Amino acid sequence: MKKIDTEHLAALYAAIGEKYPLYLPVKQGAAVNFAPYTADAEVDLTQLKTVKSPKDLFFPQSEEMMRFEKKDGMWQIYDLAKEQNPFVLFGVRACDYKAFEVLDNVFLSDPKDTFYAHRREAAIIVTLACFSPKDTCFCNVFAIDAANPQGDIAAYLSGTCLYLQAQTEKGKALLDSLGNINGALCEADDTDETALGGIRQKAKAAFEQLPFASLDLSAFHGDMKETFADEKWEKLSQACLGCGACTFVCPTCQCFDIRDFKAKDGVIRFRCWDSCMYFDFTQMAGGNPRTTQTQRFRQRFMHKLVYYPKRYGGTYSCVGCGRCVEKCPQHLNIVKVIKEFSKGGKEEK
Amino acid sequence: MTDLYNACLSRAQELLKSGEVSRVVGWKKGEFCFDVSPAYFESAEELNEFTYDYFCGANLSKYLVQIAKKEGKSAVFLKPCDTYSFNELVKEHRVPREKIHVIAVECRGKADIKKAESVAGEGVLGINETDDVNLLEIKTRSGKTQTERRNILLTKCLSCKGKKHVAADEKIILKEPIETGSDRFAGVEKLEAMTAEQRFAFWKSELSRCIRCNACRNVCPACTCVKCVFDNPESGVAAKANDTSFEEQLFHVIRAFHVAGRCTDCGECTRVCPQGIPLHLLNRKFIKDIDTKYGEFQAGEEAEGKTPLTSFKEDDGQ
Repeated sequence: MKKIDTEHLAALYAAIGEKYPLYLPVKQGAAVNFAPYTADAEVDLTQLKTVKSPKDLFFPQSEEMMRFEKKDGMWQIYDLAKEQNPFVLFGVRACDYKAFEVLDNVFLSDPKDTFYAHRREAAIIVTLACFSPKDTCFCNVFAIDAANPQGDIAAYLSGTCLYLQAQTEKGKALLDSLGNINGALCEADDTDETALGGIRQKAKAAFEQLPFASLDLSAFHGDMKETFADEKWEKLSQACLGCGACTFVCPTCQCFDIRDFKAKDGVIRFRCWDSCMYFDFTQMAGGNPRTTQTQRFRQRFMHKLVYYPKRYGGTYSCVGCGRCVEKCPQHLNIVKVIKEFSKGGKEEK
Repeated sequence: MTDLYNACLSRAQELLKSGEVSRVVGWKKGEFCFDVSPAYFESAEELNEFTYDYFCGANLSKYLVQIAKKEGKSAVFLKPCDTYSFNELVKEHRVPREKIHVIAVECRGKADIKKAESVAGEGVLGINETDDVNLLEIKTRSGKTQTERRNILLTKCLSCKGKKHVAADEKIILKEPIETGSDRFAGVEKLEAMTAEQRFAFWKSELSRCIRCNACRNVCPACTCVKCVFDNPESGVAAKANDTSFEEQLFHVIRAFHVAGRCTDCGECTRVCPQGIPLHLLNRKFIKDIDTKYGEFQAGEEAEGKTPLTSFKEDDGQ
């Protein structure tokens, strides 16, 4: 394990940034989001939750897929998927890292999504452990150990020190390639490891104390026909505005729309994030299977808690980041849905 | 706020019990103190979840567009600023006045959880009044912190439109109302003082964070088109893709134009923006210009009549 004093973090970013494009949490006005590193970027590693998850580094909100051009009476078709150069994604929290696996199941299973795959292969991911969770966090419900994140390199910020532990060949190669950054990056010793171990233990206890630590998901197992038809959905969704805030800040939401856009010299086929909260979600030439907000609202949670786990070996399409808990304008969210359907939920309290 | 909460709750119970209304529209408790949701209540039992406190910032008036379609009369709790939006919706025939019973409710500003957390730390359990009208007490798991009222109020409350309800069928006001706002146009004036390049840079930097979630539009009581131009494929400007230049230069500006003269400055757009973009400044610029060119005007003050942009006077500004 290596360590670097936090006063030298700028030198660390610069050293990585010299070798690879680097993306990390940057303060932009009132928000912190993943953004490209620049010398004057206001990097903020203390922010627990960026507004958007880093999923758009792999699955951008909008991207061009194909271009059609007419040349000499013939249509030329260009596939815009291309290999990506390696880049570093720094400061990813354990929940967001787990969300990449959720997305992988969808985008990397046959037929593989080449756009996503190229970016995913090119990424070297440095995760960042959480030691002080927020009340809205519930990643431990999904068996995520936020104090011991996965990733090519795991970083631990404690006091005035950032510890870096390579966990894969990719990560080791990156860490080794950085040299000692003018003596700032050095080997951690046994004392550091012991201290860090203590902090991790303490953090683990903190996670178990969180308000949502014992959310019970058993209501979403088994035959779901009754749940699907339950009248509770009506009440749960009654205040939904039909905006896309929950889906766009969600690290696991993966729905997209593909459309053609008439450009000057031809046609551009692009895809963009879609939201099941939008009235035209799954709108087809022949109609729409979901015509009410309640049906769309139900789709979001059934997808995350029932349909996705059924398809992908029991993995939920929620990682407990709690962004929807904080960001829904009306404060409707997955926790309220789970509690409403769980035994010991509100109705029986 | 316990007395106020009790007064609201018992009045809601009475209204339902007597059959005067079929439902009461208010706010519902969440998992924490801050995550209350707009909701309607149709029985005394359902009212167990009713709340009214410092986190009831949501403006319930737009919700009435949907609620009013239900059978029977609905009672609704409206704070002073919410009544302006309500009048505007009545004026635009989006909410039939006769189907709504307005309970004008006391408001001394509503709190922003982010601000409360930055003052008192994680684990906020509630906000209480103190003997000093200028101070609020934030209760957290680890103790109590007193702070200036203005330190933890929502941005919209910092330019409060005043203590007057402009629509009311009855009132629940227990304490002397206070105005929490000042300097409504200070933010706009700051922008006006910039050069065009500086101003463009400001908005570019703010709006580049937009993720086109449409929360601002969907919560806006002035945005009540049955089908928004940006959702209508026939319009030629429908856009689901988030294209930075579009959000920066068109979407929000067009939206501000569309609600000009009808925006009551309720501030919901800024309250709900997940990226913390100060969208109200765009609308407020239009309001300031209307005031300057056509004489002072507050949208929603009246539930009928012409507005500066829908009437013509010979001395209208150009």
